Amino acid sequence: MGFRVLKGGMMTTVQDLGRYGYQSQGINVGGVMDRRSFRIANLLLDNPENEAVLEITLIGPTIQFTSDTIIAITGGDFHPMLNGEPAPMYTAIYVNKDDILKFGSAATGARAYVAFSSYLKAPTVMGSRSTNLKSHIGGFKGRNLLEGDYVDFRIRRRYLPFFLSRTLEPDEYDQHCVQLRVILGPQEDMFTKEGIRTFLHEEYTVTSDFDRMGCRLEGPYIASVKGSDIISDGIAFGAIQVPSHGKPIILLSDRQTTGGYAKIGTVASVDIPKIAQRKTDQKVRFRAITVEEAQRLLKEQEKEFDGMRMKIHTPCKEVLDCRQTAKRLGRLYVNAQDEIRHF
Amino acid sequence: MHNISVKPEGDASLLIVFGNEVNPEINRRIAAAVKLIRSQHIEGIVDLIPSYCALLVNYNPYVISYEKLKKRAEKLASMDLSVGSDVRKVFEIPVLYGGEGGPDIGFIAEHAGMSVQEVIDLHSGRDYLIYMLGFLPGFCYLGGLDERIHTPRLANPRIRIPAGSVGIGGSATGIYPMDSPGGWQLMGLTPVKTYDPNKEVPILLEAGNYIRFVPIDEAEFARIKELADKGEYECVVHEETGA
Repeated sequence: MGFRVLKGGMMTTVQDLGRYGYQSQGINVGGVMDRRSFRIANLLLDNPENEAVLEITLIGPTIQFTSDTIIAITGGDFHPMLNGEPAPMYTAIYVNKDDILKFGSAATGARAYVAFSSYLKAPTVMGSRSTNLKSHIGGFKGRNLLEGDYVDFRIRRRYLPFFLSRTLEPDEYDQHCVQLRVILGPQEDMFTKEGIRTFLHEEYTVTSDFDRMGCRLEGPYIASVKGSDIISDGIAFGAIQVPSHGKPIILLSDRQTTGGYAKIGTVASVDIPKIAQRKTDQKVRFRAITVEEAQRLLKEQEKEFDGMRMKIHTPCKEVLDCRQTAKRLGRLYVNAQDEIRHF
Repeated sequence: MHNISVKPEGDASLLIVFGNEVNPEINRRIAAAVKLIRSQHIEGIVDLIPSYCALLVNYNPYVISYEKLKKRAEKLASMDLSVGSDVRKVFEIPVLYGGEGGPDIGFIAEHAGMSVQEVIDLHSGRDYLIYMLGFLPGFCYLGGLDERIHTPRLANPRIRIPAGSVGIGGSATGIYPMDSPGGWQLMGLTPVKTYDPNKEVPILLEAGNYIRFVPIDEAEFARIKELADKGEYECVVHEETGA
């Protein structure tokens, strides 16, 4: 009951929202890079909000199911194919035993997420099923999936109500430049006024130095007042360090817990998925917002999720039409019975 | 009254800055603040990252807003954080100095212009404050290495340093909690597991505790290692009062 890995892809890992409560001991959070796509994938299947999924990166895997289940694929478009036919994204799909799901490379975005109605079997280590590549814990044997691996499911679950309604509009990813809203600080005062201006007004390019730990950007030099070394302190998801070379580094899921470079700002939570879905040579720009504004945006996104949940739990037009027809047929039948009785 | 400042680090974390220097007194106040926050079970706080002179608080913005948490943090950090902090918890870490596990101890001695035994005496003859953990699971940043045995890092870092290695890197000393690449000069090996993911509490040490290195011989090393591998070794811990 699960699936076999025929091809591992570039970096396919089991992830949830990550491992909290242990950072004071040096254990990093990990977890999915794009929390929005992750949320939507689980939402489509009525899974718990923090259920573990597969995160796939740039070149996707090929897997073969050994039991029936329901899946949902979100995030970047890797042209997923189910038994050679295009598999719809942002949609709940039935899959059967022996079906083969094959991903190509990322046509748009950089990462995709696959949620399973039967839940992935992976040990919960320190409260999370996420793969920690550095400590080799959690997920599948603490590493990325490779050819020949066999991943189990935890339960059998092959029924979902309103099945035909379970489809949502896919997110689109701008291929050229995205704007990342940031909250300045906590060490923005270590940079000159000119440095902050550069950071907020110039365009930066994603380099190939981009993995689950962070994303190095190339672009105009950000001037500091007198160097950017600090006494090491904690690092948040999306924090932007600027070492003395003057180029920003955005720290992501597998970031170290602490670091010794000044942080000019932190990407707003709602915009972290945008950087997670960038590829080498694509552009980003930064715009400063307040922490209050960022928290308002998060609440708005939550309302958007509520709307999605509502939509997939409402019968779709086709089903409603069928119900109408069934009612009419039912009435016709009753009338016909009456007529026969009176005949 | 001590001055602190609270700043946002994004929309789901805030940084409480207690000072801007490496100083045991500041660090002790942070350790006390961590204890206080944990004991208060403030709804919405998901994790704490104490460091040398700041404390990063991860929170869930759906549960508590920045403004509210900032006010609570300011109130909390201005409270008397000295209560109970005169008790020092000192962990004894047994170390087999030199040999295969400490290939650089000769270089450290040569660099310091003293004998290997003098290096061991200096390194093990004091208690080190754990300022913070980071870099690797369970990796402790220790303060207080004797200046006479400060030793530059290797020009060519090693690709694999075994878990339990004790070394010196510049003015810092510490233990590698797991196999890792690294550039420190290795002086010995401890059989104690400072990081064990299979244990309920995977990390032995926490910020605010002290470490005392205790020299052991090969027989003692083998005895402790056997127990540690079975998960049955308990470190000797001293609770001492007075600064």
